[in-house]
Amino acid sequence: MPDTLLFALEASLNGLTAGVMYALVALGFVLIFKASGIFNFAQGVLALFAALTLVGFQSGQIPFSHLINATLGTRLHHFGWNMPTVLAIPATVLVMIGLAILVERFILKHLINQEPIILFMATIGLAYFLEGFGDIMWGAEVKALDVGLPKGMSMAVDDATFNWFGYGFYIDRLEIWAAGIAAVLVAVLTVFSQYTKQGRALRAVADDHQAALSVGISLRFIWVLTWSIAGIVALVAGIMWGSKSGVQFSLSLIALKALPVLILGGFTSIPGAIVGGLIIGVGEKLFDFFMNPIIGGATENWFAYMLALVFLLFRPQGLFGERIIERV
Amino acid sequence: MLYREAGDFKTSYVADSQTFPIKFDRYGYYVLLGFAFLVMPLIINDYWANSIVVPFLIYAIAALGLNILIGYCGQLSLGTGGFMAVGAYASYKMMTAFPELNIIFVIIIAGMVTACVGVLFGLPSLRIKGFYLAVATLAAQFFLIWLFTRTAWFYNYSPTGMISAPTREVFGVPVTGPRASAVSMYMICLCFLVASAWLARNLTRGSMGRKWMAIRDMDIAAEIIGVNPLIAKLTAFAVSSFLVGISGALLFAVYLGAAEAGEAFGIDKSFLVLFMVIIGGLGSIFGAFAGAAFLIVGPVLLKLLLVNSLGWPTDLAAHLEIMIVGALIIVFLIVEPHGIAALWRTIKEKLRLWPFPY
Amino acid sequence: MSGQGEGMRDTVTDEGYMTADGRKIGGVAMEMRNITLRFGGVVAIKDISFDIRWGEIRAIIGPNGAGKSSMLNVISGFYHPQEGEVIYKGYKRPAMRPYQVAQQGIARTFQNIALFEGMSVLDNIMTGRLHHMKANMFQQAIWWGRAAREEAENRAQVEKIIDFLEIQHIRKTPVSRLPYGLKKRVELARALAAEPAILLLDEPMAGMNVEEKEDMCRFILDVNDEFGTTTVLIEHDMGVVMDLSDRVVVMDYGKKIGDGTPDEVRNNQEVINAYLGVAHD
Repeated sequence: MPDTLLFALEASLNGLTAGVMYALVALGFVLIFKASGIFNFAQGVLALFAALTLVGFQSGQIPFSHLINATLGTRLHHFGWNMPTVLAIPATVLVMIGLAILVERFILKHLINQEPIILFMATIGLAYFLEGFGDIMWGAEVKALDVGLPKGMSMAVDDATFNWFGYGFYIDRLEIWAAGIAAVLVAVLTVFSQYTKQGRALRAVADDHQAALSVGISLRFIWVLTWSIAGIVALVAGIMWGSKSGVQFSLSLIALKALPVLILGGFTSIPGAIVGGLIIGVGEKLFDFFMNPIIGGATENWFAYMLALVFLLFRPQGLFGERIIERV
Repeated sequence: MLYREAGDFKTSYVADSQTFPIKFDRYGYYVLLGFAFLVMPLIINDYWANSIVVPFLIYAIAALGLNILIGYCGQLSLGTGGFMAVGAYASYKMMTAFPELNIIFVIIIAGMVTACVGVLFGLPSLRIKGFYLAVATLAAQFFLIWLFTRTAWFYNYSPTGMISAPTREVFGVPVTGPRASAVSMYMICLCFLVASAWLARNLTRGSMGRKWMAIRDMDIAAEIIGVNPLIAKLTAFAVSSFLVGISGALLFAVYLGAAEAGEAFGIDKSFLVLFMVIIGGLGSIFGAFAGAAFLIVGPVLLKLLLVNSLGWPTDLAAHLEIMIVGALIIVFLIVEPHGIAALWRTIKEKLRLWPFPY
Repeated sequence: MSGQGEGMRDTVTDEGYMTADGRKIGGVAMEMRNITLRFGGVVAIKDISFDIRWGEIRAIIGPNGAGKSSMLNVISGFYHPQEGEVIYKGYKRPAMRPYQVAQQGIARTFQNIALFEGMSVLDNIMTGRLHHMKANMFQQAIWWGRAAREEAENRAQVEKIIDFLEIQHIRKTPVSRLPYGLKKRVELARALAAEPAILLLDEPMAGMNVEEKEDMCRFILDVNDEFGTTTVLIEHDMGVVMDLSDRVVVMDYGKKIGDGTPDEVRNNQEVINAYLGVAHD
């Protein structure tokens, strides 16, 4: 096999793992969009916030220490203990559920029946708020996140590909794990929505708000539920990305790429989010691989958006969306 | 009693459709203009010009432009930062390529260049709407910034990758570059803002504005009653980008003096201007001013309070600022989705009745 | 030409005919020839032909789902039929966008009111005159000469319609604050402002009370009388249709089952079957 092809294959495999990341964030979007018709711009920041909280709990940081120090002149930093990961993760989940309740109580409840665009802008506001809030609560410096996932080059992949092609691929074990965990997450979500009472209620609301209300489903409960699930999905995304490149603000920018993923996959399709994420992840790596010598690097910055733009021109409803028939 | 329209009869349709139909408003407006042009230049100093007044004037132009696109034509754009960068780089290329060209023309042409780029990226709006369009404009944002940081031609192969504005004069007074004084910076920005507002008001009061609003409120019905969506949307993109480009050119050439695309015109600029438009009021000229004032003055006040008075570290104050801006957006959307402009209208309605509420 | 004497209608000829109340109807304004419209596998309109004459009030009736609104959408260029042609003013109309159809002088109202909710009543009606305003963007930007003059002239025209439809008092009210009946009237005003050659009304009286219906009937007749506007309307209220219209097309399941004067249609067996149902045994 020619070398270029092998390199391209390796690049696209690396892209797949970035794609899993995009898909996870997009998944959070889709869940909320299906249940409430809200285009949740804050999903990326939610992942950042979850990761920050997790690191904070793990390392025993005192929340708002920076703020307390500035106002009271104290020198607080840490409680002095480290929380084990098995405790820190459930604690973070609780925080995300609490956040979901607050979001419902203070934002969504007041914006019922507003136009989608207003709700969208409210989530942009929420994104800003959470970003500032997370920084104030836990500090803005880049933090390392380690939940005990294996890291480093996967020898098995290296050996196997070396035996097949005579060239060992470099794949991080963390990324293989990430893909596995994402798959499990999607499976769990599917089971939840198919076989539990809450899951059915969720699907009912997604289908028709009014009808769901009329059979006695509490819309507010469903919203808290979906935002909680979205928060947990965000936590998983945050853990993946944080383990790989540290918990930092750029996480929320990377999450912006979930937007073109949604365009490709359609706003309401979970398989769409996953396939879209993988396409974008692989596509941007391959594009960079082939175009770098011609137009220069860092095309990842815009490739996803341009791909979405071009795609939209030919199929405005997304890969899995239904054709829109306009009526008067 | 002072503020009312009773007895102020209009005898022609022209008089009835003027910008300030109430006498009190009209005189208030003249006083404000007189103050801005005659008094402010005498009292303005470097601190006020740099921290509040000049950025306010420049961002108000950008907010006017974005308000035409979002507030009047209903096309959501997140590419404002990228379009401001087009204005900045176009003005830079013009200033360096044609040193004898007057800066006023340079800025206007920079606006025109931006209008062309805006139309280009506005083309997808013919097929896609709402969130989809927002994502498409993100493509403009990221692609343009990438283009300007990667292509050396745009920054004249300068080793730092920055562009810096040479000194240019209007009537012998330097308005750009290191020798420009606070007053001259203020005056050129003020002139552009007043002209932009006048232009925006004229375009939104007549048939062009009605076409935009028709598309915004119900695009299908608009097309059936005879609005050509292609022309309506693309003119909105053109006018909007023209104003945004002018503001980008002013921001770079007059205010910053030197800039680097990624830093000065990143996605956060897109959001800043979007927030100005939302907080100020969608679909209102006054709203663009109010929103720009709010988001320029607010952070300065906050910083004065937290850093200078309470002695907080600047990074903490910056985080609190982000948080407060985010919270304000939400509060505004909940309390008054139409922003400060709608609040202002309510106050005026109350004033009309005052002091006899019935 | 015969039959005028007894107050009966003329036979419909190429030149036109005389209505029962003595109005003279002209030649063919628009002709639908073998129109077929499909959405995927669903046939909404099946091989329908009829004509519309200058000055007449032409009704399209039929049970729900008969394809009436689709027909109106074909006339206003929103749907493009797969087969058949639309002949307008003697020429075959090429496939065109809805706004081009509007610019040819065809205005309409909508079944579910389609006003611009963010604008005032006056601005809404002014949108009806958009293609009478020719000032370009630069003239408008400086608001000098043509732009300002045109605005005042068209405003004067719009004020005439506001007077005609008796909505002076709500001129500057935002449309979103109006009750349903007034919205319908504003929508009619917007369509009239365009000074259309053919006016399409999609259920102008749906959801109105008796009094509002009477007002609307009067307006439709007055419009026809005063401006000689050719009117095509869809309506469910049989009484209204029979009173108002000169000729009626009856549709059922996408097919035309009747066409003629109200009296002829009333006595058409197929129409009776469609409306009253018929035992299938």
